[in-house]
Amino acid sequence: MQSAVNVKKQTATLEVQKTPKRRGTWQLHAMLLPALAIVFIFQYIPMFGLVMAFQDYEPWLGFLHSPWVGFEHFKTMFEYEDARQVIWNTLVISTLKIIFNLGVPLTFALLLNEVYMMKFKRTVQTIVYLPHFLSWVILGGILIDMLSPEGGIVNRFLSLFGVQPIFFLGDNDWFRTVVVVTDIWKECGFNTIVFLAALTSINPSLYEAAIVDGANRWQQTIYITLPSMLPIIIVVGTLSLGNILNAGFDQILNLYNPLVYKTGDIIDTYVYRVGLLNGDFSYATAVGLFKSIISFILVVIGYRLAYKYANYKIF
Amino acid sequence: MNHHYQKSLSYKIFTIFNYTFLTVAALLCILPLIHILAVSFSGSAAATANLVGFWPVDFTLDAYEKTIGNENFLRSLWNSFLRVVLGTAISMAVMLCAAYPLSKSDKAFRGRKIYMWFFVFTMLFHGGLVPTYMVVTKLGLTDTIWALILPSAVSSFNLILLVNFFRTSVPKSLEEAALMDGANHFTIFWKIYLPISVPAIATISLFTMVFHWNSWFDGMIYMSDVKHYPLSTFLQTIIVQQDFTKMSVDAETLQNLSERTVKAAQIFIAALPMLIVYPFVQKFFVKGIVLGAEKE
Repeated sequence: MQSAVNVKKQTATLEVQKTPKRRGTWQLHAMLLPALAIVFIFQYIPMFGLVMAFQDYEPWLGFLHSPWVGFEHFKTMFEYEDARQVIWNTLVISTLKIIFNLGVPLTFALLLNEVYMMKFKRTVQTIVYLPHFLSWVILGGILIDMLSPEGGIVNRFLSLFGVQPIFFLGDNDWFRTVVVVTDIWKECGFNTIVFLAALTSINPSLYEAAIVDGANRWQQTIYITLPSMLPIIIVVGTLSLGNILNAGFDQILNLYNPLVYKTGDIIDTYVYRVGLLNGDFSYATAVGLFKSIISFILVVIGYRLAYKYANYKIF
Repeated sequence: MNHHYQKSLSYKIFTIFNYTFLTVAALLCILPLIHILAVSFSGSAAATANLVGFWPVDFTLDAYEKTIGNENFLRSLWNSFLRVVLGTAISMAVMLCAAYPLSKSDKAFRGRKIYMWFFVFTMLFHGGLVPTYMVVTKLGLTDTIWALILPSAVSSFNLILLVNFFRTSVPKSLEEAALMDGANHFTIFWKIYLPISVPAIATISLFTMVFHWNSWFDGMIYMSDVKHYPLSTFLQTIIVQQDFTKMSVDAETLQNLSERTVKAAQIFIAALPMLIVYPFVQKFFVKGIVLGAEKE
């Protein structure tokens, strides 16, 4: 009995030694199966559904029998005044967001880094991270109330200075500003986390040397802090390139209304309205596909740049 | 601490400015919440007359009584609860199982790279709203909780975070020793990987829970009956869209629902779980994000 166990153990060890890395790979494949199935069904099958963009899809005819129209829907998109406006709105809003969501959190991290009262620093951090965890439904509800022209608290505050009530969410001159400002307000704190982490990893001896040389804090920031942060700034900046056609579906859908479609309607909200609400499946899919392709190209360029200039890898 | 620049006048002025600025920034982040809280505790008349600032006027719990007494609200609260629990459990189970093989070396697990790209590609390109909607409806998931759970069950981003955690935090020697002793992959996964990765699992679970609690759009497009709405979707229709057509309510309930204080109470109740959980887990997620970011 004893020896049998020993023999078994020995052969097992031998097996391990012979092909040490190949043992039980079927188990590894099996463990991947559920995730693969879910991703295949809900991510890859919809990609096949994109053929709709080249058809006049009719639900009762299905993919196989709906008539092909080639690039008709894409042509329509560029001829439609409202589609062009929507693409323009998307670019304006997302570009502003990308610039400010890089600059503001970076500045914020640098300012927080100058705080030496740990308790104060931690309290501020805790509070500014918070809005990130609240949904745009909740924040939308709060903002609609606060920004209301009929006695919203912001307009009440402004009236102290004699400013006439402003309909922030219903005024085309204001809407984009509100969208960009509120987005920064929600995400700024959370976006500082990665910059703060980068700040702590800067070698302290660099600062000591600078102090010996008589550099003041401003000079230290310009000559040590910012150059040391450059890789992470490049990573965040280049990766956000892929978001240039994502101007914030959740946020806009919760803040806008027909009054501000002219400046506030973006590709995603347009696809939703045209596709699911009006049932124009093919045209909406074409607009969505246009967006996906441009985004894909930009994401790939972004990753390439991040890898080239900051040695960043996805995995 | 005793750097000479800190004694200079300009640095002192900067410090005063800095502390003031940061205080104002922090206040701006919570004052909206405090305002909505004050409105929810105020008398309806005072709220409608815009007398409420950051402190309740005519303190009353009326709005909360009306909210809790609303059948639709309670049902959507239950739907959300169910969604968070089931959704997080399923999502974590599936992703952890997948992260284990993906964390092996290319030599130990051939095909790892192909699988990895299979997941990563979905971060780069997707079918978009309309085709995804059609797949979910064709599968007959409409009006079931699965429409809210399955399509988003695997997040490639979180999966990569988990893979990185596994790779960096599990000692390779421990795993090899277990292999020598004849343990199979399931045992190693269960007995070694999971216990070691508790902080990572907690962080990603939190992200998944927040995601499920906050999601509203899928509820809106996949649920045709208001009975199945999760709380976020319910609030979206009531507060943001002001659409009461689906609610099939009588005049009195309608008036209650559109009252400003009741809306404030609903918003606050929806935000409450986040506000409660958040301070406890803050340290966790900061570490989690930094660990994820350091893989560069």
